[in-house]
Amino acid sequence: MKPFAYARPADVAEAVRDVAAEPTAVFLGGGTNLVDHLKLGIVRPDLVVDVRTLTSRSIDDLQDGGLRVGAAVTNSELAADRRVRERYPVLAQALLAGATGQLRNLATTGGNPLQRTRCVYFQDASTACNKREPGTGCSAVGGYTRYHAVLGVPAALPDPTAPETCIATHPSDMAVALAALDAQVQVLGPAGARTVPFVDLHRLPGEDPSRDTVLEHGELITAIDLPPLPAGARSAYRKVRDRASYAFALVSVAAVASGNGDVRLALGGVAHKPWRATRAEGVLRGGPLTEDTVRAAMAAELAAAQPQPGVDSGNGFKIPLVTRTVVATLRDLEA
Amino acid sequence: MDAEVTLTVDGTAHRLTVDTRTTLLDALRERLGNTSPKKGCDHGQCGACTVLLDGKRALSCLALAVAHDGAEIITADGLAADGELHPVQQAFLDRDAFQCGYCTPGQICSAVGVLDEVRRGWPSHAGPDLTADPELSHDEVAERMSGNLCRCGAYVNIVPAVQQAGGGQA
Repeated sequence: MKPFAYARPADVAEAVRDVAAEPTAVFLGGGTNLVDHLKLGIVRPDLVVDVRTLTSRSIDDLQDGGLRVGAAVTNSELAADRRVRERYPVLAQALLAGATGQLRNLATTGGNPLQRTRCVYFQDASTACNKREPGTGCSAVGGYTRYHAVLGVPAALPDPTAPETCIATHPSDMAVALAALDAQVQVLGPAGARTVPFVDLHRLPGEDPSRDTVLEHGELITAIDLPPLPAGARSAYRKVRDRASYAFALVSVAAVASGNGDVRLALGGVAHKPWRATRAEGVLRGGPLTEDTVRAAMAAELAAAQPQPGVDSGNGFKIPLVTRTVVATLRDLEA
Repeated sequence: MDAEVTLTVDGTAHRLTVDTRTTLLDALRERLGNTSPKKGCDHGQCGACTVLLDGKRALSCLALAVAHDGAEIITADGLAADGELHPVQQAFLDRDAFQCGYCTPGQICSAVGVLDEVRRGWPSHAGPDLTADPELSHDEVAERMSGNLCRCGAYVNIVPAVQQAGGGQA
């Protein structure tokens, strides 16, 4: 591991200034992803700025009936909060479906959405990866694609040598729930504070797969706001994985049914970002929720999907799997 | 680059100078001679390094020592009070819940954390209801202990040991 300086400034404003002033500097929260990446040589900062004890560790009621979750609230604390369990079960379920108790006790609200992909090539510094080392190409194309994207990718076999190619997925369960909940992200940066809708926090690879989010260098998540749900709304998270516990999602679904026919859907394990299924939502809006209508809605959502060939038959299985998972999630919500 | 930290380990405060890259696991094992937490994968995947960090189970291989200056750490080595085994340790003996023993200190620290989390009413993925009080069923224990791998495959006895320590049927 490359040597680095460690700083724990007096407050978040100073932390933001410190990181903004040093091009390789990184924020440290719970450390569950960053410390691993330091060991693997995936990140090589000269300065690590610890914000775990600087941001809020409380969950506060907002005047509109929502909740403001401080960035230092751990994943365990958030999932156990009585208000979250009762009002936002989709979020508690997503948190509990991710990682393990030991990890959730360290992982934070601000850090979880900023964790990096678990693409095996990204995590192997000996391989070409546009996300880790821009311009080197993508080793995942045609390789081990079981955990890779089918949505937001340009082709079934994108050019592996092109600098924009990346078929990685975002690994967070929590983030899928936050996308469905229309959460708002409170950000502090060198230019001041701003609010970013959660659905706009993460980005598709575009021209630069190395950037997971729209945050600029030095910008820090200080809190995440959960807007109130309509009275009578129900929500749930459903995750499909290769083993029953402690595994990343093959696909996952976060659903919020408002009770008047409107449904919000977000999909995990299928794209470079938590995928808000707006086309499916549009098809379902105001109509009856039956298996047929949900299947039709998902067919519309997945019309542009690009299943990736690869070893172990690639990831085409995700198309029917995510469709069935949405059907099952909404069936349970309506039951 | 070096930093000074104070770590209270199993009730004893230690002041030490560490390289900023030092994990809690390496500080415990290599600097303080406490080899109870084990280095398995060193990447947060196996749970062998689990300790109680400020009262909560955590992976010491993914925590930088410098970031936990002032922390209270309990390892499996410090669980026994006055020569009497902790109920979780006794249950692991009673239930023959290990073979080679390498993962055992992490399993035991994790189980102590699990029982505290259950007492607090924290939910899990295995629970039928997010708001109901959790019960130590087989599925609950298996889910809550899923971050501790055992290459000997002693799970069949680890689950009853955790149930016994939790005061339930096993």
